[in-house]
Amino acid sequence: MALDTVATAAANPTTEQPWRELGLKEDEYARIKEILGRRPTSSELAMYSVMWSEHCSYKSSKVHLKQFGEKAPKSDALLVGIGENAGVVDIGQGYAVTFKIESHNHPSFVEPYQGAATGVGGIVRDILTMGARPIAIMDPLRFGPADAVDTRRVLPGVIAGVGGYGNCLGLPNIGGEIVFDETYAGNPLVNALCVGVMRHEDIKLATAHGTGNLVVLFGAKTGGDGIGGVSVLASETFASGKAAKRPSVQVGDPFAEKVLIECSLEIFAEDLVIGIQDLGGAGLSCATSELASAGSGGMAIQLEKVPLRDPSLSPEEILMSESQERMCAIIEPSKLSRFMKICKKWDVTATVIGAVTDGENLRITFNGELIVDVPPRTVAHDGPVYNRPIAKPAYLDSLKPVTAPAISNPSDIKAALLQLISSPNIADKSWVTDQYDRYVQGNSVLSQPEDSGMVRIDEQTHLGVAISTDANARWSYLDPYNGAKLALLESCRNIATTGAKPLAITNCLNFGSPEDPGVMWQFSETVRGLADICLEMGLPVTGGNVSFYNQTGAVAILPTPVIGVLGVIQDVRTRTKMGLPAAGLEIFQLGNTDDNFSGSEYAHLHGQIGDHAPTPDIDAEIRLVNLLLEAQQFFQSAHDISDGGLAAALTETVLKNSVGATIELIEQYIPGGLTAGLFAETPGRVLIAVDPVNIEEVRALSNKYNVPMHRIGKSGGSALVINGESIELTELRTAHTETFAKLFN
Amino acid sequence: MRIGVVTFPGSLDDSSALRAIRLAGGTPVPLFHASDDLKEVQAVVLPGGFSYGDYLRCGAISRFAPIMASIIVAAEHGFPVLGICNGFQILCESHLLPGALTRNQDLHFVCTDQALIVENTNTPWTNGYSKGDRITVPIKNGEGSFQASTDTLKQLEDDGRIVLRYADKNPNGSQHDIAGISNARGNVVGVMPHPEQAIESLTGPSEDGLTFFTSVLHTMVGR
Repeated sequence: MALDTVATAAANPTTEQPWRELGLKEDEYARIKEILGRRPTSSELAMYSVMWSEHCSYKSSKVHLKQFGEKAPKSDALLVGIGENAGVVDIGQGYAVTFKIESHNHPSFVEPYQGAATGVGGIVRDILTMGARPIAIMDPLRFGPADAVDTRRVLPGVIAGVGGYGNCLGLPNIGGEIVFDETYAGNPLVNALCVGVMRHEDIKLATAHGTGNLVVLFGAKTGGDGIGGVSVLASETFASGKAAKRPSVQVGDPFAEKVLIECSLEIFAEDLVIGIQDLGGAGLSCATSELASAGSGGMAIQLEKVPLRDPSLSPEEILMSESQERMCAIIEPSKLSRFMKICKKWDVTATVIGAVTDGENLRITFNGELIVDVPPRTVAHDGPVYNRPIAKPAYLDSLKPVTAPAISNPSDIKAALLQLISSPNIADKSWVTDQYDRYVQGNSVLSQPEDSGMVRIDEQTHLGVAISTDANARWSYLDPYNGAKLALLESCRNIATTGAKPLAITNCLNFGSPEDPGVMWQFSETVRGLADICLEMGLPVTGGNVSFYNQTGAVAILPTPVIGVLGVIQDVRTRTKMGLPAAGLEIFQLGNTDDNFSGSEYAHLHGQIGDHAPTPDIDAEIRLVNLLLEAQQFFQSAHDISDGGLAAALTETVLKNSVGATIELIEQYIPGGLTAGLFAETPGRVLIAVDPVNIEEVRALSNKYNVPMHRIGKSGGSALVINGESIELTELRTAHTETFAKLFN
Repeated sequence: MRIGVVTFPGSLDDSSALRAIRLAGGTPVPLFHASDDLKEVQAVVLPGGFSYGDYLRCGAISRFAPIMASIIVAAEHGFPVLGICNGFQILCESHLLPGALTRNQDLHFVCTDQALIVENTNTPWTNGYSKGDRITVPIKNGEGSFQASTDTLKQLEDDGRIVLRYADKNPNGSQHDIAGISNARGNVVGVMPHPEQAIESLTGPSEDGLTFFTSVLHTMVGR
């Protein structure tokens, strides 16, 4: 096929172009023609189509996401906010931390191993691009029913992909979630979080300025994988009979990325780059247009210089390829030789592919012929913005209260508890997490199943950070506004339970099709809730990601806003763990239980979802967080009470170190009685164990912060005894741990 | 006491090994695969990781690194070498140790706190332990199943060259529950578990691994 140059495009204005196949709408195509004053060349069309896709342009979410800016709390911690590759926060002592979650949902359904692997690879490069050394990852995952045939295809592949890539990169995987629900069948959610650390002065930005400075592509060679992945895979609902999309999933090479990390960090340490951007979704189209538009605009690229794995690639394919493990840097000519020397040390291919110019356009030539001549901002930032129709979904009018069976006498406790703690959502996840390296780098202070992951930042001062990711999609389904708030509050509670202070948040908003007004309502309510709670809690949003079209036919996933909270702990040696360390400790529940079972695992086990999410008590949650932080010195253990209620929390607490407990719940003091006491998921509660000599100190603090503190038992023995009903720890352990092996071995 | 840690492309636990040497009281010295200069170290650690991505047999490419030529010569003269995980694999590929490490029996990567029995304390890396000591050290690998011929296994057993053995449960199908072995002279030791990740109770399951590093320092002092 002849090269479609700018001159050809100008001379042949009526040539038919496959804009529809590339995912563009008619008016979007018209707008491109209006911007350029002519039809786009095929290369330009490729660039606009990927960059204006939902995944890259946020065209359906932008009008809502601006609330994060409008309602942003005042924060001294935020060093780099939304808009860069990842936000950066100040954690003190000259350290800055960057963290972000992204989704790789659609590719992981098509090709679970590579989809999940490259999801990890992509988020790690985002963090690296900020100038930071990546120090930990987490993976919040959601799948269809655990016993579904397709889940047995998707889950093991995703786990192996997360592990295969992350383990080989040398990043400890310290947490995450695994949740099953039938709405995720066909739409698994594979979210990946990465956190990185740097000194303040080392922060890098994605910008290209300084006429004459060089554009250098370094890392892996460009191949034919992932072409159109962004526009086609992530922006269109799956329909039957589209198996031909399979090859568009990228293929990861974690070794190449590991070497790229070490090479980049050495380059950063010598201050050799002016701007840097990784190549992820939309590949070179994205990197060049974003770098250029963040600078003065002018950039000239000679596309034939891009090193290729497959020499038959056309210029359009080179621009769209999402081959992994590539970075694009802007460097001064005088620093080129040093830059190249470091790349050579790490055997990383690096090639000058262009330069910053004093013009205003991004001009790309292929063997001397001009094939792209565009204002880069129109590609990178001036994409279409939709104000999609919103309508409260009809299902909300037909919700019914939970009518799950109540436990009428203590002899029913054992069967109900064993059923709950062996159910896939509550069961022990070691089968999964033991496939991830949690020790590498030697700084993992806490990792799953602890309430939050914690990493030491400084060996001398003991400064550390904690990370937790949370979502309760069923509450979001019942009430997306409060569901988002509850997810953030739970995440904060998890952070504080381990002894760290919440500092900033990131999010990954997973939803169905934005073209469905009901889904759009869920989304707009979620964003409104999240922006409000961030303001109320004083926590800045550092960035995030939106994943739409998680929908098969008319069935959308549960609205799933995954919230990641970053906390800081001044001395990691003071962290609190979840497991009972010894016998003879007094066990307390902080916070009250109510009788709302809506959205709980207990209701789910009985095939119900209920009718209303809890109403978050923000003031109480803030007081609880403050109590946890001040009283943690007296805690022998602490564990958030959330999924599966007190029953699940107790199980995890006693099994961790095989120290039993005797619990007495006084039915008449709990609305909803024993059933609620054990299985309700009332937010704002934490299970703590205290040495008897410290009870008065803790009680004084609970009074100070006005947090209810209920004594519910004592640690010791080889059983979990609840109101006289005894379950041996061996039996409890078998029930809790054998589920995953049975399902997936 | 200068102890080197080699960084190959794809090494991951090199920084942890350097830290372990420092916490044990030694002077950690980073070594790079592409140079044959051992920088006057008195012992060397080949750390864990996925050198060169381990897309071929684990360790098969690293054995040809320039630094390995120097290490192989030095090892033949009694220089203490410890290979951890990928380092163990590299030592087998280099024929400094017998046998091979193959994919775990269940074909999964496994990361867990592993109980081990120390069986051979006549090596520079384990002389600080007592024979029969039970220690807990993380394992984390996908290809940790030790396999050797019947004759080799017999010789390892007869000569008391099994350094570590898995206790309670064998996590990967290793023959004779072998978690670590030494060469005939005892100066070269390969272990699948990661002693460098069990040096602080804050970040590891125990501090049991530190003795590997204090042992070699005491050995050096004694010379």
